[in-house]
Amino acid sequence: MVSTQKKADKTYKVIGTRPVRPDGVDKVTGRAKYGADIQLPGMLFGRVLRSPHAHAIIKKIDTSKALALPGVKSVITHKDLPTAADAALNLGETTDNLKWISDKVLAAEDALFHGQALAAVAAVDKHIAEDALALIDVEYEILEPVLSVHTAMDKKTPSIHDNMKTVDMIARFQVGEISETQINNVASILDLELGDLDAGFKEADIIIEREFETGTYHQGYIESHNGTAQWNENDEVTVWLSTQGAFNARDQLAALLQVPMSKIKVIPMEIGGGFGGKIPMYMEPLAAIMSKQTGKPVKMHMQRDEVLLATGPTSATYIKVKVGAKNDGTIVAADAYLAYEAGAYPGSPVSGGGVSMFMPYAIPNVRALCLDVIVNKTKTAAYRAPGVPAAAFAIESIIDELAEKLEIDPIAIRMHNAAEEGTRRHDGVLAPSMAVKELLEEAQATEHWNAELSDPSIGRGIAIGAWGNGGMESSASASINSDGTINLNTGSVDIGGQRASLAMQLAETLGVEYDSIKPQVVDTDSIGYTAVSAGSRTTFATGIAVIEVGNKIKKQIINRVATFWEIDANALKYNDDGSVSSPDKIINFKEIAAMLPNTGGRIQASIDIQATTHVPTIACHIVDVKVDEETGKVDILRSTALQDVGKAIHPAYVEGQTQGGILQGIGMALYEEYYYDDKGILKNASLLDYRMPTSYDVPFTEIILVEKPNPGHPFGVKGVGEVPIVPPLAAVANAIYDAVGVRPNILPVNPRRLSVLLKEKNNK
Amino acid sequence: MSKKIVISTDLNGDITEFIADERDSLLDALRERIGLTGVKEGCNNGNCGACAVLLDGILVNSCCVMAAEVDGGSVTTVEGIALENELHPVQQAFLNEAALQCGICTPGFLVAAKALLDTNPEPTEEEIRFWLAGNLCRCTGYDKIITAVQEASKSMQKK
Amino acid sequence: MQDVSYYRPSSIKEAIKILSEHGPTAKVLAGGTDVIVQARERTKKITAFVDIKKIPDVMGLGIEGHRGLTIGAATPMYQIYNHSGVQEEYPAIIDSANIIGGKAIQGRASLGGNLCNGSPAADTIPTLIVLEGTANIIGPNGERKIAIEDFCTGPGKTLLQHDEILISLHFKRPAPFSGSRFIRFIPRNEMDIAVVNVASQIQMDGNKIESSRVAIGACAPTPLLLKEISNFIQGKELSQDLLENAAELFNNLITPIEDMRGSPEHRVDLAKTLFKRTMNDAVIRSNGEKVQ
Repeated sequence: MVSTQKKADKTYKVIGTRPVRPDGVDKVTGRAKYGADIQLPGMLFGRVLRSPHAHAIIKKIDTSKALALPGVKSVITHKDLPTAADAALNLGETTDNLKWISDKVLAAEDALFHGQALAAVAAVDKHIAEDALALIDVEYEILEPVLSVHTAMDKKTPSIHDNMKTVDMIARFQVGEISETQINNVASILDLELGDLDAGFKEADIIIEREFETGTYHQGYIESHNGTAQWNENDEVTVWLSTQGAFNARDQLAALLQVPMSKIKVIPMEIGGGFGGKIPMYMEPLAAIMSKQTGKPVKMHMQRDEVLLATGPTSATYIKVKVGAKNDGTIVAADAYLAYEAGAYPGSPVSGGGVSMFMPYAIPNVRALCLDVIVNKTKTAAYRAPGVPAAAFAIESIIDELAEKLEIDPIAIRMHNAAEEGTRRHDGVLAPSMAVKELLEEAQATEHWNAELSDPSIGRGIAIGAWGNGGMESSASASINSDGTINLNTGSVDIGGQRASLAMQLAETLGVEYDSIKPQVVDTDSIGYTAVSAGSRTTFATGIAVIEVGNKIKKQIINRVATFWEIDANALKYNDDGSVSSPDKIINFKEIAAMLPNTGGRIQASIDIQATTHVPTIACHIVDVKVDEETGKVDILRSTALQDVGKAIHPAYVEGQTQGGILQGIGMALYEEYYYDDKGILKNASLLDYRMPTSYDVPFTEIILVEKPNPGHPFGVKGVGEVPIVPPLAAVANAIYDAVGVRPNILPVNPRRLSVLLKEKNNK
Repeated sequence: MSKKIVISTDLNGDITEFIADERDSLLDALRERIGLTGVKEGCNNGNCGACAVLLDGILVNSCCVMAAEVDGGSVTTVEGIALENELHPVQQAFLNEAALQCGICTPGFLVAAKALLDTNPEPTEEEIRFWLAGNLCRCTGYDKIITAVQEASKSMQKK
Repeated sequence: MQDVSYYRPSSIKEAIKILSEHGPTAKVLAGGTDVIVQARERTKKITAFVDIKKIPDVMGLGIEGHRGLTIGAATPMYQIYNHSGVQEEYPAIIDSANIIGGKAIQGRASLGGNLCNGSPAADTIPTLIVLEGTANIIGPNGERKIAIEDFCTGPGKTLLQHDEILISLHFKRPAPFSGSRFIRFIPRNEMDIAVVNVASQIQMDGNKIESSRVAIGACAPTPLLLKEISNFIQGKELSQDLLENAAELFNNLITPIEDMRGSPEHRVDLAKTLFKRTMNDAVIRSNGEKVQ
């Protein structure tokens, strides 16, 4: 496998190297403690009873027989949750409704999706807890489920939530209130428009309009959700769990349990993958309430079917896009309609799709109408570049078709329309520095793109995609030990190697060895507020916090050395190797550390920041596929990923992010999807039939990292985790077209779907 | 309540006696009764490989073995594959090649990779990919895992 | 996990006694890759496991010259596909044994287990059928033999009584100039349940098809032996046209269902394709050559 790095000019000592991660040895020896690994004396085990129906009124829940089973210590239903008002709750970026948040934990009046939690049991072991579930009697009145965005929006379909209004997102921002727009089962509408669409389409020599659908995809982390809670007699609650954000978990728990935030201590354990899916709360509040009832710690650990049934996958989507272009390839207008399934409660990532799909391009007249649609399926959650892979599949398929019809090279047409710094976007933003053209130039130059295809059944596809990345709040603290080692604490859960990338940024800032820093993720009692590890923000935003901590330490060190040497601080210089020098003296970092205890005490610094200088990144995927026309099966033969990373702090971990994202994208393109029957029952809630790619399904992905530094980060970091998942869907679809001449418009294009398309082609 | 049973097995090289519930799987017993939580539960039905261990030297998913079955047998978990004070070459290769991200699938991959290299010391890329197809990883895209197994194979040949 | 008791008898007699006393909810435990999951997920009521792996009669495999191959019902797949005699003479068994689950499943899963689980999509049963396998069974009333093509009676249902134990499977020695092949079609390249699977066995006389057996899985409530196909091609000169014409018979021979793994139309198309591919590979093997 080849891996290439197109480097930014500046050279560093630590940044750009590939040290072993601090948590590595623990993870290869089995010592690392994940959420479900916690063992506490007297611990009870919890299990959850879930709705077998996709839509039903819960008429009665009788838990008496379950409670009577020896070994069962607690059985709870919705009435054991603190009363939740039917009131809006402002969560900063989004709003939610406190009652809905509560219903998502344990349903009250209705079960709105197959797998919704109805009751929970705590018992002395998990076998008995499971026995108890079978003894809970529930009486249902089964209702017709609403299973597609089209049915949901049909006026004849009843509203799933009686009291739900359609929130106009633009109106909300403009006048601070909900508009009068009302669409059946649509929770929100976002209508973004730039320029004059009609005028734009009039200018066009060619107009292509296509419809696309994508399935429901799960993040597929191998560690199931888990949570263990201890509720003390003084109403202090400790929770051990696997989460992407300990503070986010704490604040959600505080709202749900109606306990002050300071009284909840969330201890983030090692996390076994998240990809956005480990932000919402599911069982942690149940564990807490059952701990309160029993006085004992309660551990809950989902079974895999529960993860697929009842946690948040990404939205299934329906997208219609119309694009107009001139004969020279100039795109003059684009109009997109996006309807995303939110699941049973509001909150799909449709706006992310509607904004990001056009981000790589400069289009003068453009609109994206985004609808967040309620259906009787599990509530969706964030999944790696939320909402964007589906939308990019749509636009990148059309651009491929434009290129073909206009007889323009697929890279050339993208280059011709590439967004640049200062391009006005349809969400009103002026595009910051992006590397669309640089990435396309690199793609054009790859050996892969220029290699001959060896067989007519092999096709090659390319696609690009963008993701905006995130900023948000981060805290960090560091202390210098007298032997020159450094403890670095942050609140950012390490989900992709961030302990390494943060320690490296501190090492670079202070001019010390990477190995002298011990980075640690600490609990919510031990550090300032830190937002979730999501939005590709951690190495970027917590990185800025860590660098600022380093800068504070440097200042203190200078002052201390100045006092020690009895010299003006302005005469001192902090050198790249961590030493401090005056015109005639020098003291190295170890010596400075050693003298600290006797010259005023050891140095510690902490900081909290809110990062706002994040910028979008671009990724590109080139893929060769072989299609078996007799069976409809597609095999990936060759794969190359290019990505603008700003600056790769730890290139091996960046490559790993890219390779992981590419594989998830390939899963979306070819294999994975939720299969619901016509009653809304999820039929493939297992890793046997929810088909994530295995090692035997793919070749190596060659990686080309392009470094165009982010001016808003001291080392140029942009954020790398999410964007690689964006292009593969369209790249694979375009490659299939190149191989067999049919354009997949529904993903995943599994053998069954492709065989139908191939038959249609052959019957023409 | 179901019956408790006493099980005696050679666990990572030492004869170990423990009490389990008669309905415990080997995975349940290793994690909850003995505290060997390096063995991970991913799917609990044989489709992800996170709970892989060696049973009498053969690669198995411990979620699909009853604890009672290992009485009188031998079990090797990820905790038992290191050599004295030194990591097993496959563990070292996973560190060197950055073959883990979240690390939850890592124990299963390590045990499976060791089982492969024990029977086929110089596997081809195809053989590695096929052998490891029962182990799911969602973070890495497998690239660096395959490279690590190749590296471990090379370093074991040198020894 | 349901409230199961665990027994580990050391003789067939003892095992049958336990099964008889416990009734139908006692299950034989061999590799456990199906029954342990069923017990945990409560998809079948199971109150006892009778682990037969310490009974020598059901473990191991061997080829006895012209008398053919006997495989203990609980012998794990890895022992089967590592057996050089099976590799040489019964390659379709290798095709099947090598793809059941992942390697960790193959450390435990057995032919007996796959057969007794009775899945319509089981990946060994079509192979066992075309190789004219016989199931050797012992119960309270003594021994009996069942042709494997008759063994399964419906999804999860077989002719085995609850107090009977499948001891071993027997296969006669392959005839000269014969070959066999099994292919499974799945969306991924490993780990899936078959959308369709097909096993073909063929005996050639020059370019003439002396005899053949074709079996298909995942297209009916049980794996099916398709005698109509054999009758159609038997005695004829092998050609791609012949196979094409024979493949058309699938339109009326199978009526697969619509489910999450496939549609009726796609399954019929796949059946035709896999039939042709297995036939061509079986012919290659009948010449003593290897297939890709």
